[in-house]
Amino acid sequence: MGEEVKVIGSIKSGFCVRVEWALKLKGVEYEYIKEDLRNKSPMLLKYNPVHKKVPVLVHGDKPIPESLVILEYIDETWKDNPLLPEDPYERAMARFWAKYADEKCMFGAWEAFKAEGEEKEKAMESALESFAFLEKAIKGKKFFGGEKMGFLDLVVGWIPHWLSVLEEVGGMKMLDAEKFPSLHEWAENFIQIPLIKECIPPRDVLVNHFHATFSSLRSLSANKP
Amino acid sequence: MATSDVKLLGAWPSPFALRVHIALNIKSIDYECLEENLLAKSQLLLQSNPVHKKVPVLIHHDKPICESLAIVQYIDEAWSSAPSILPSDPYDRAVARFWAAYIDDKWFPWLNGVANAQGAEAKKAALDQVREGLVVLEEAFGKCSKGKDFFSGDRIGYVDIALGCFLGWVYVAEKRNDVKLLVEDKMPGLAAWANKFCEDGTVKDVMPDKDELLEFANMILEARAKLNASSNN
Repeated sequence: MGEEVKVIGSIKSGFCVRVEWALKLKGVEYEYIKEDLRNKSPMLLKYNPVHKKVPVLVHGDKPIPESLVILEYIDETWKDNPLLPEDPYERAMARFWAKYADEKCMFGAWEAFKAEGEEKEKAMESALESFAFLEKAIKGKKFFGGEKMGFLDLVVGWIPHWLSVLEEVGGMKMLDAEKFPSLHEWAENFIQIPLIKECIPPRDVLVNHFHATFSSLRSLSANKP
Repeated sequence: MATSDVKLLGAWPSPFALRVHIALNIKSIDYECLEENLLAKSQLLLQSNPVHKKVPVLIHHDKPICESLAIVQYIDEAWSSAPSILPSDPYDRAVARFWAAYIDDKWFPWLNGVANAQGAEAKKAALDQVREGLVVLEEAFGKCSKGKDFFSGDRIGYVDIALGCFLGWVYVAEKRNDVKLLVEDKMPGLAAWANKFCEDGTVKDVMPDKDELLEFANMILEARAKLNASSNN
């Protein structure tokens, strides 16, 4: 296991941060290579020719793209502090919810962020329905993983920091403490954990990034015939 | 183990349910197959998969597991004796998961997009995209199979299941649009793989008949077209 570990990523990405959290949790040393997504490097194009996206984990000379695939690879390669539970049924549940959270909660929040007017209302409603399922999943638990944080905590870990920025910039409220008390409490606790906190980008960096994204989306739609 | 310990809620045209049938066959697991009518979903389905209300659902010792690839991995882990569905090496497992994700997140939506494309130009673009995806998968097949019959080597495994379940629907798209998608001279590896996959003992008896699938697809798409026409009036 003495091979070098590199993470090719962007600090603004909620997908890339999962990989850092997983490596830190396992005590794995790595080199972080910052990628400028407006000007993709030959290294990224070589290691992820199919999608040309971050994150990519490079272990020795082996590249692994796709954040959920990377998390499972990390869990299977470094055995300390397991991310997934041992029981096959619990593992299936974690994988189910991870896919759901990415496809509905994250995608839903993003669609609501981008949309305007009536479309925004509809998108928010749909996203909030998906958050209700997450609320049920965390109810009565300290972490999605139980007593210790695990796979699903890392997968939805974008919520405490990224979602609050999307809410501010996108002019919407999603993680309402009254509507989603358990999810809200989990989010407040999660973001304070030192190894989690040390990997998140400064809030103003994210705010600026999403403001820029928001503006370019608005000007694109204004220019539509 | 009693047959009723393992139940599969499926539907015969569903490629996702087919994945689970194949995985259960690989492990020689006895199971009860419950056919769902997707226009009149059973209480059991709605209770077992309240989030998506979709097939397949595997019910093992009364516990439901949803999402076809999560189910296939569950089967591999709960019945851990050989033959394995995923490889044992973590990097090979990552490669298999990567390609399964590509198939589900990129390629299948393109295949699905063919039926939704309106007009000749859009149809052609949709079909071209499916073919381009197959070219990518042809290269993946070359690297993964290392000269053997399947993505996983000598036996059917995770990526074979993930892609092979759609072969009937590829045939449907080819017939309905009078084109070839799995083009032998462009994708020789996949063309040979497709034949071997369909003939495999774990697949042969559970794969739906291609012409029955075509008839089913024609019926569904005609009904959908009628619905759209009447709602546009």
